[in-house]
Amino acid sequence: MAETPKLIDSKGKRLDGRKANELRPLTIEAGTLKRADGSAYLEWGNNKVMAAVYGPRECHPRHMAHPARALVRVTYNMASFSVGDRKRPGPDRRSTEISKVTSEAFASVVFLEQFPRSSIDVFVEILQADAGTRVAALTAVAVALADAGIPMKSLLAGVAFGKIGGTVVLDLGKDEDNYGEADVPLAIIPRTEEIVLLQMDGDLTAKEFQKGMKMAIAAAKEIYEVQKDALKRRYAVSVEALEAEEGAEEELKEETVEEEA
Amino acid sequence: MVEVVHELTRTHIQRLAEMGKRIDGRDLEEHRPLTVEKGYIESAEGSARVHLGATDLLVGVKMELGSPYADRPESGVLIVVAELRPGASPTFELGPPKPPAIELARVVDRGIRSTDTVDVSKLGIEPGEKVWLLFVDIHILDYEGNLFDAGNYAALAALMNTTIPNATKLGEGKDAPLEVKHQPISVTAAKIGETIFIDPSLEEERIADARLTVVTDEKGHIRAMQKGLTGSFTVDEVNQVVALSQKIGKEIRKTIAEA
Repeated sequence: MAETPKLIDSKGKRLDGRKANELRPLTIEAGTLKRADGSAYLEWGNNKVMAAVYGPRECHPRHMAHPARALVRVTYNMASFSVGDRKRPGPDRRSTEISKVTSEAFASVVFLEQFPRSSIDVFVEILQADAGTRVAALTAVAVALADAGIPMKSLLAGVAFGKIGGTVVLDLGKDEDNYGEADVPLAIIPRTEEIVLLQMDGDLTAKEFQKGMKMAIAAAKEIYEVQKDALKRRYAVSVEALEAEEGAEEELKEETVEEEA
Repeated sequence: MVEVVHELTRTHIQRLAEMGKRIDGRDLEEHRPLTVEKGYIESAEGSARVHLGATDLLVGVKMELGSPYADRPESGVLIVVAELRPGASPTFELGPPKPPAIELARVVDRGIRSTDTVDVSKLGIEPGEKVWLLFVDIHILDYEGNLFDAGNYAALAALMNTTIPNATKLGEGKDAPLEVKHQPISVTAAKIGETIFIDPSLEEERIADARLTVVTDEKGHIRAMQKGLTGSFTVDEVNQVVALSQKIGKEIRKTIAEA
C-alpha cells in the first residue's frame, strides 16, 4: 500500500491549504435542466453533480403508492467516468444504500401528506467524483426539489466531517477520505439543527464526534445560504423586465379589443 | 408488501413512550434477552446463531480461494451479504436483495471493516493471484425487529468461531483459528415522539420515527453509525445514543466473548 501522505501540517493547514473548519468552494445553480420539473447543478471542490426532480406524479409501480402520502424516491447514480477506474454502470450496493438513506432524509422534510398516492422521483447524477459525493448530492437535491415547487418544511444541507492526522476537520477531500481516520456524512435541517441523515465509519472518540458535529452545524448554515442564493438567482426578476412584460401584455389586450370591435 | 400496524397498537405504544414505558414491559435502556450459540453449522468455517428476543438469525462464514482486488493484491477479501428469507417474515419476498437487505449487510460490514476486526492483509496466499475470500452470510430466520444489532452480534460471534481451513482446503499446513482483533458492538436506538429506547422490537420499529445505530469498540470509540427512517435527531439525542451504545456495548461484548 502507498505511503500515507501528511494530511495536515503543524500549523493545521491541509493538503489543499484549507483550515480545519473550511469548506471547499461550493457553487449551485437552480433550474439547469429543461425537461425535469425541478433541477440543480452543483460544484463542490471537484465534485460535479446534476439533480433532476419529477413530480408529484402518479406512482409506478402502483402497489408502491401510499394511500395517504407521497413516496419520495431518490436515485443516486455515479457516471462510469466520474472516478479514476471506470465504474461499472448501474446500481451497486453502495449506491443502493445511499439512495435509501437519502430518500429517508428527504421524506422527513417534504410535506408528503399533501400528495397521497403519488411519487416524487429524484435522479442525481455524479458526473465527477471527489469525495463527499453523497452530501453534495443531498445539497443539490434540496435545491432541485425547491425548484420543482415541492413544499418542504425546510431545505436540507448535506455536509461531512472527519478526522485526518488526529484532527477533526470539515468536508474531506479525496486524499483525506482515502487516508483519513474517519468520515461522517450528515444531512442537517439548518434552521432547527435536526439531523436527518447520519452515517459514519472510522475511529472517533465521543469528544471528537461532538466537536465535529458543532463544526458541521455551523457549516450547514453556510451551505444553506448558498442554496438560498441559488434559488433567489433563479427566480429573481428585475423590475424593468417585469414592467416591460406588463407593457407588452397591455398592448396585446388593446389590440384584441380593437380587433373584436 | 407493507406491514400493517393497528391504529390501537400504534396509539398504545406512543402513549406508553410518552410515559417512558414500553409495550413488552422493558426499560428504555434494556435489550431483549440475547443468546449466542457459536459453531451452530458444521459445514461452515465459522458460524453463530443469535436470538435477540424473538429475532432469530444465523451467520455462516465460508472461506474460499479466489482473486484479490486489483488495488489490494496481497490482501484477502471480506464480503458481508444479508438474506431476508421469506420464511422469516410475510413481508420478505423472493428475489434479488432489496435496499433493506443491502443496507443491513453494509452496516454490519462497516462495523467489522472499520475496526479491522479481521486483518485481511494476513489472508493473502499468492500475491495478485490467490487469496482467501471470507464470506460472512447473514441468514434471517425469524424477523422480530432490530436486525442491525442481531446481525452484528452473530457476525462477530461467527468470526470468533472461524477456522482457516489450511489443511482441509489447501492441503498444506494446519487448520488455524482466524484471528479476531477487535469486537465492534452495535447498539441501535429508536425514537418515538421524544422518547429514545434501545433494541426496538418489530412493533416498535414499525411505528418508530427515527432509528440510530452506533457501533463502538472495546475502547469505547465510535467506529460506525447509521441513521434510518424518516424522523430526525437533535445533536443532544445523538450524543445520548452514543453514550448508551458505549455502556450497553460493554455488557454485550462480554456476553459474546463468553458464549
